[in-house]
Amino acid sequence: MQLVLEKRAERSGAIALVSPLIAIGLTVVTMVILFAILGKNPLLALHAYFIAPLTDGYSLQEIAVKATPLVMIAIGLSLCYLANAWNIGAEGQFLMGAVAGSWIAVKTQGTDAGAWVLPAMLVLAAAAGALYALIPAICKVKFGASEILTSLMLVYVADLFLDYLVRGPWRDPNGFNFPTTAEFDPVATVPLLIEGGRLHLGSIIALLVVAAAAILLGRTIKGFEIRIVGAAPRAARFGGFNANHLIILTFAVSGALAGLAGIIEVAGPVGHLQPGISPGYGFTAIIVAFLGRLNPLGILIAGLFLALTFIGGEQAQIAMKIPLDVTKVFQGILLFYVLACDSLILYRFKLSFPNRQVARGTH
Amino acid sequence: MELIEAIVLAVLAASTPLLIAATGELVTERSGVLNLGVEGMMIVGAACGFAGAWLTGSVFVGALFGIVAGTMMSLIFALMTLGLAVNQVATGLALTILGVGLSGLIGAGFVGERITPAVHLAIPGLTDIPLVGRVLFGEDGFVYVSIALVIGVWWFLYRTRAGLILRACGDNHVSAHALGYPVLRIRTFAVMFGGACAGLAGAYLPLAYTPFFIPGMTAGRGWIALALVVFSSWRPGRLVIGAYLFGAVTILQLHAQGWGIGIPSQFMSALPYLATVIVLVLLSRARSGGSTAPAALGTVFVPDR
Repeated sequence: MQLVLEKRAERSGAIALVSPLIAIGLTVVTMVILFAILGKNPLLALHAYFIAPLTDGYSLQEIAVKATPLVMIAIGLSLCYLANAWNIGAEGQFLMGAVAGSWIAVKTQGTDAGAWVLPAMLVLAAAAGALYALIPAICKVKFGASEILTSLMLVYVADLFLDYLVRGPWRDPNGFNFPTTAEFDPVATVPLLIEGGRLHLGSIIALLVVAAAAILLGRTIKGFEIRIVGAAPRAARFGGFNANHLIILTFAVSGALAGLAGIIEVAGPVGHLQPGISPGYGFTAIIVAFLGRLNPLGILIAGLFLALTFIGGEQAQIAMKIPLDVTKVFQGILLFYVLACDSLILYRFKLSFPNRQVARGTH
Repeated sequence: MELIEAIVLAVLAASTPLLIAATGELVTERSGVLNLGVEGMMIVGAACGFAGAWLTGSVFVGALFGIVAGTMMSLIFALMTLGLAVNQVATGLALTILGVGLSGLIGAGFVGERITPAVHLAIPGLTDIPLVGRVLFGEDGFVYVSIALVIGVWWFLYRTRAGLILRACGDNHVSAHALGYPVLRIRTFAVMFGGACAGLAGAYLPLAYTPFFIPGMTAGRGWIALALVVFSSWRPGRLVIGAYLFGAVTILQLHAQGWGIGIPSQFMSALPYLATVIVLVLLSRARSGGSTAPAALGTVFVPDR
């Protein structure tokens, strides 16, 4: 007797809705065990992670600030993944966008430049992110090189490039030798929404991106094309849809969004370019995309949830000396449970008494 | 002459973790499973390997810890992709994200600690031979294990019946299943072998390459190992060439910094990653006629009963 998977006749809509909730529940249970192993009071730890950040205005703003890049990057990634294009180098595209946008900020520093500076930074960052994402996309389409590996390798390259700039040509001469540019001028900074607060214009841009993606996927032919190429490549070919064009397009869009997120982070909450501007946003966004089941609204919710884990992780570190790496473990485990629970949408478990039979595989 | 010897020794040391991890992944992929979590399994192997060696004072026990840690990680992957038929690409990414976190958590207490690294072989007479003595008879145990591993895998894949069956699963799981071979069980073993190798490769870093542990010390080597499997066209012989070439690029990068060439160090550090991209493009382009990858690589298989 053994437990086997059986393909459902059709995908289960009910499970599709509750599976992210089951995944979060299982993750919390696992975390309780992990906290106990670390010798921390699990209830206090859970409170620090999930409740405490929701109880004061500052933390709530901070959650929105952290969710902004996550949601923007994840929206782009979800388009890629829907079209079966595996962009996992969003971290590099994020950094390149930050670098390209900062270039204008650094060059116009102290020059009384006008209000054009910030818009120009945003445009250039999006263009740079898109171009950087096009490298793996073109390598894939033209030469068949695995986009997974090339996009990931370029993350390390972008990281080193940024490092070179802030230690070399762009270093702030008055920065006590720290690897950072000078603070950006006010015209090169993303405006705040609340005076004296943390919430900035980038959060509005992220909401607009969510709305645009929802319209693209739900209301346009292009959105239909993206989903059909990913879900049924053969049918898409017969329908005359070109998978290669979609790889280029979705990579470019997701690179542009990651680049935009990069400059918004630098010109917003950070205020200057330096190494370590991203606590792995590009990788966490992969979890956000899957947890949000590649759906714009789902991604918005998932982005806020993962932002909560970042802020909660910081609070737990301060209040209970729980190592910050617990947040990464938490996020990894969450992704596992999300993927595992998704399996139940397509399959059901069945007890079987195996006897050898001719079988067929499924893709 | 001594400089050449030093460079060859350094290249071997830099290549060994790549060779071990890539050999394991080659077996996994030959069975039809694409495990992108090599980096995650390696980095957990590094943390557990160092922890084991530090606690017991034995590099050998450390290596065992690394192997067990890598295997445990790969079992999670096998449960997900083989047991629950989850997408292999997404699961591999999850394994890496989890691995980076776990490694930081496990290794946190060991940052700043030092151990006595793996000893190098010393055979009086043989090791003293000029030029080749140190290179052939003066390595640490990991180097010899890596060579034995790749030869063993070659022999297994091409000279044994079990190897033939494993390759059959990777090329056509439907036929292999119809012939009565337990595809999922064979793949589970292949995934575990890959995990054990990745764990050992990770453990090599703090046990032999450097005598200390730092977070993130794998620095993308797991991903380069994955690229090496593509480079090798899934063949062990070419894997050896590929691993040593990449080791050489890494060392070139370090030496160029020492020679004081007027290139910023970050550009030289980017070299191994850029080389990986270029190699992938050139190879894929050369092979545009047809892929040499196992035909069922990365596809989900659910036996129909």
